[in-house]
Amino acid sequence: MAYEVNGTTVEHDEEGYITNLSEWTPELAEVIAKAEDIEMDDERWEVVNFLREYYDEYQIAPAVRVLIKAVKKTMGPEKGNNKYMYELFPYGPAKQACKIAGLPKPTGCV
Amino acid sequence: MSTLHTVNKSPFTTQALVSCLNHAKPGDAILMIEDGVYGGLGGTGLTEIIAEFGKNVSLYVLSPDLAARGFDAGRLIGEVEGVDYDGFVDLVTKHDRTQAWL
Amino acid sequence: MSDVKKFLYLNRRAPYGTIYALESLEVVLIGAAFEQDVALAFVDDGVFQLTKGQNTDGIGVKNFSPTFRALGDYDVQKLYVERESLEERGLSEDDLMEVVYEDEDDDWEEKPAIRVISRAEMADVMADADVVLSF
Repeated sequence: MAYEVNGTTVEHDEEGYITNLSEWTPELAEVIAKAEDIEMDDERWEVVNFLREYYDEYQIAPAVRVLIKAVKKTMGPEKGNNKYMYELFPYGPAKQACKIAGLPKPTGCV
Repeated sequence: MSTLHTVNKSPFTTQALVSCLNHAKPGDAILMIEDGVYGGLGGTGLTEIIAEFGKNVSLYVLSPDLAARGFDAGRLIGEVEGVDYDGFVDLVTKHDRTQAWL
Repeated sequence: MSDVKKFLYLNRRAPYGTIYALESLEVVLIGAAFEQDVALAFVDDGVFQLTKGQNTDGIGVKNFSPTFRALGDYDVQKLYVERESLEERGLSEDDLMEVVYEDEDDDWEEKPAIRVISRAEMADVMADADVVLSF
């Protein structure tokens, strides 16, 4: 199983999370988002970039409630809430956004 | 409130038993299982220390694990008592919590 | 009777030689979703998990030590480290990484999560737990 980006293939697992985190590119994010029926815009990129920075600092893909709390802390309560985040990523802000960000499945999500 | 501690490593390989003894409180019990049963043997370099701790905590070995390794109760330190599987269960129910030293 | 139980994760292994330390941390993160009172204890070689400056680039395994600093986000605010275990290994609190949490009840002030305590105090922490999970 793999995504196709500009003629190269990027392997992913049965749930769509990429196997080798270093193969992520912004172009790949667009491809994964499309597979998830999500149109990337500035708001969604903001969350995806936030997740990548969080992973870079803590080496962990946060669980959804942790993500929302952290977003609230850095971007404010108008974005750090369930409604806003689920509107951007209807199938779970942590799960979907992590997948698009090229991170592992969030720790603490079953 | 008391704790049943289990130790499953030989005290000659790891720190588990010594560390357990250092953290057990009076009234607690320590059950040596698997390779942990070697800690219950008399005449070892640790016998004296373990017997000393035996004044405040109850010490047990799981007899089937001891027998499997070729020893019987006669080789145990005086303060150490052998229990079978039913005795293991009794110890678990008698104490408020079980804490494993791996 | 309250439904919240005190969970103590007892860590006695160094970080990379075996999988225990990483497994423990993952269980802590997953278990944090259940909103219990969670504390971590670092005893014996477990204190090596918290040394600062870990760099695993050369051994091809993930350096998970930065993840301890995310524990505050998971509402894990107590990391007990045994002083005697540090001293036996030639370490002091200065050798440990900084881990903080934000205290909700104190205007989100950052406070240290690592608490170096004596062996006797560690025994009290253990005896005070409802459940001890060993790694």
